[in-house]
Amino acid sequence: MDALQQHDLSLLSGDEAVALAAFDAGVQLGTGYPGTPSTEILETFETLGGKAQWAPNEKVALEVGIGVAIAGQRAIVTMKHVGLNVAADPLFTVALIRLDGALVIVSADDPGMASSQNEQDNRRYAVAAGVPMLEPSDSQEAYEFTLRAIEISERWQAPVLLRMTTRVCHSKTMVRRGTIAIPEPRPSHFEHDFPSRVMIPAYARPAHLRLRNTLAQMAAWNDESGPNQRIDGSASLGIVTSGISFQHVREAAPDASVLKLGMTYPLPIEQMRRFALSVERCIVIEEGDPYLVEAARTAGIAIEGKPEIFRFGELNTGRVRRILAGDSSPEPKPAPGKPPALCPGCPHRTVFTILNELDCIVAGDIGCYSLGVLPPFEAMDTLVCMGAAIGVGLGLRHALPPAEAKRVVSVIGDSTFVHSGITGLVEMVYNPPATGHLLIILDNGTTAMTGMQENPSTGRTLAHASTGKVVFEDLARSLGVRRVHVVDPAAAPEQFKALIQECLDTPELSVVIARRNCLLAARSIREYERCHEQQND
Amino acid sequence: MNSKTTNVVVAGLGGQGVIKASDILAEVAFASGLDVKKSELHGMSQRGGSVSSDVRFGEHVFSPMVTRGEADFLVVIAPDQVDVNRAALSDSGVLIETSQIDESRLPNKKSMNVALLGVLSRHLQFPVDAWIEALKRNIPEKLHEANIAAFSLGRDK
Repeated sequence: MDALQQHDLSLLSGDEAVALAAFDAGVQLGTGYPGTPSTEILETFETLGGKAQWAPNEKVALEVGIGVAIAGQRAIVTMKHVGLNVAADPLFTVALIRLDGALVIVSADDPGMASSQNEQDNRRYAVAAGVPMLEPSDSQEAYEFTLRAIEISERWQAPVLLRMTTRVCHSKTMVRRGTIAIPEPRPSHFEHDFPSRVMIPAYARPAHLRLRNTLAQMAAWNDESGPNQRIDGSASLGIVTSGISFQHVREAAPDASVLKLGMTYPLPIEQMRRFALSVERCIVIEEGDPYLVEAARTAGIAIEGKPEIFRFGELNTGRVRRILAGDSSPEPKPAPGKPPALCPGCPHRTVFTILNELDCIVAGDIGCYSLGVLPPFEAMDTLVCMGAAIGVGLGLRHALPPAEAKRVVSVIGDSTFVHSGITGLVEMVYNPPATGHLLIILDNGTTAMTGMQENPSTGRTLAHASTGKVVFEDLARSLGVRRVHVVDPAAAPEQFKALIQECLDTPELSVVIARRNCLLAARSIREYERCHEQQND
Repeated sequence: MNSKTTNVVVAGLGGQGVIKASDILAEVAFASGLDVKKSELHGMSQRGGSVSSDVRFGEHVFSPMVTRGEADFLVVIAPDQVDVNRAALSDSGVLIETSQIDESRLPNKKSMNVALLGVLSRHLQFPVDAWIEALKRNIPEKLHEANIAAFSLGRDK
């Protein structure tokens, strides 16, 4: 981060501001998995001098973070919204565990799906798991709420969810540093505390009671002195809002009274009730699911929500004006722009061209290569979630008649395979379809989609230093796959086509690793490799 | 500069320097002591698709996004992206496009983004030094000369 500074102010993205706060708070470890719009947090944290690392996936990242916080230190774990699905298993149980340090989990949601496969609203996770949640509305709050999240986590010995959205993560706004003082981090330590940390049923039952009790205390604290803000304006219109929607609200209705919620779980229900009673018309303006409005109504607060059409996509000032005006007529559609495409010379191009020529049924996955679904390739038939290519492909093989089953191929990228494809490969070996199966790993030497991050198969750390390396061909062979091929499809397309045909024809299992560096990353990769060789000379 | 918020949309295709141009503009406004917000969507920006970035500055800016039909300036680096983004512009807004630059005089074709900032700079009241400073901060040193020339081409024409 090389931010312009002016009288101790900097112009930072929300992601950069979170990283700066983590650094200022002496966070000992930042971990996560790259995912738009969260990726820049750990990259910036590392640039500032923090210890940051990419985990193979979000579940592992959160587990590492839990360990750090049990050891009495401060951890920040970052991911995009769908990453929290992967990390949901540890999330629900760490809520029951007593932490000695701080654990801040950043969930970067993507309403409108600028770069995601769904627009799930992760505020629901806070409620479902019983984890307190803060929602910043700009970079200043991203900075301050990260610090507050650490404070809250240490005060209640519980994990805290920092829920951001694309426009908070990626907008640059002004940040004043050092606005909140928090205690110095404590040295790490360990003490046995079986009932608080070992969630066997006998210990988890009282832990669940403890959690509900803590949440009640947090709710009272939030009502009394939480990071919420009341702006007294007109008595005729009151707006309850949070996150980026607050900014649109201030623009669309500068005269309205506003209750801006900074901590949105557990909610300051009594404050919301008083606010609603103090104005003639009270309405909730929130992006995504009707989360705040449902909670308010459940508590018996009479409050308006938005029409259903505003559940889809991002809000903006224009849409907030429409909501306030009760206008749910069809909205003007934006002119269609030019869709992204696989780069000219991208090594994935050859693969999808050939899969199309062979009329394959392709179970695809998440990465740049998802663009293989678009013309001229149209060589991807399914995309569900990270790693699903393999399981979905196997299911298709089990269910389709043999002539069609034989055309099914699973295609997955290198980082995605490490993230959650390995267990799919184990399934392939353990429950092989009668027609066999073909897995193609597109290994372009980088996590290209999110901006060229390293991953365990590149053999380099987040900071591009040399480290242990997962070798796909060795892994596949060690699991008992006999047909393992490493090829560069772009170097010899006809040979690649013949190989794919051969793999489709055999009832055995095949893994083809299509290896060629991403064009955009190739130069940096050569540079990293050269540095490494020099160090070893 | 009056207290009204100025709304600028910079648009083009991935790889043309849309984000770079909006970074430079935001820094110029920031260095001039104004409140600034800047917003765009990342993720697909290097895959050649449409990219646009909103920059807003003034005494106090709330939303980071320019409301459709309220842009004071629309700067478009790719000719075929003008129609895609035209709806952003207000009725009295100013369109700044590549036809305003003599491409044969651009020292480096990739600096069209900066040349268009030069055109934009004529409409704004920021000192030229602030622009040059921001250019230098955002562009590698070996490209400084070419980009300052591109900026001047847009500003001085």
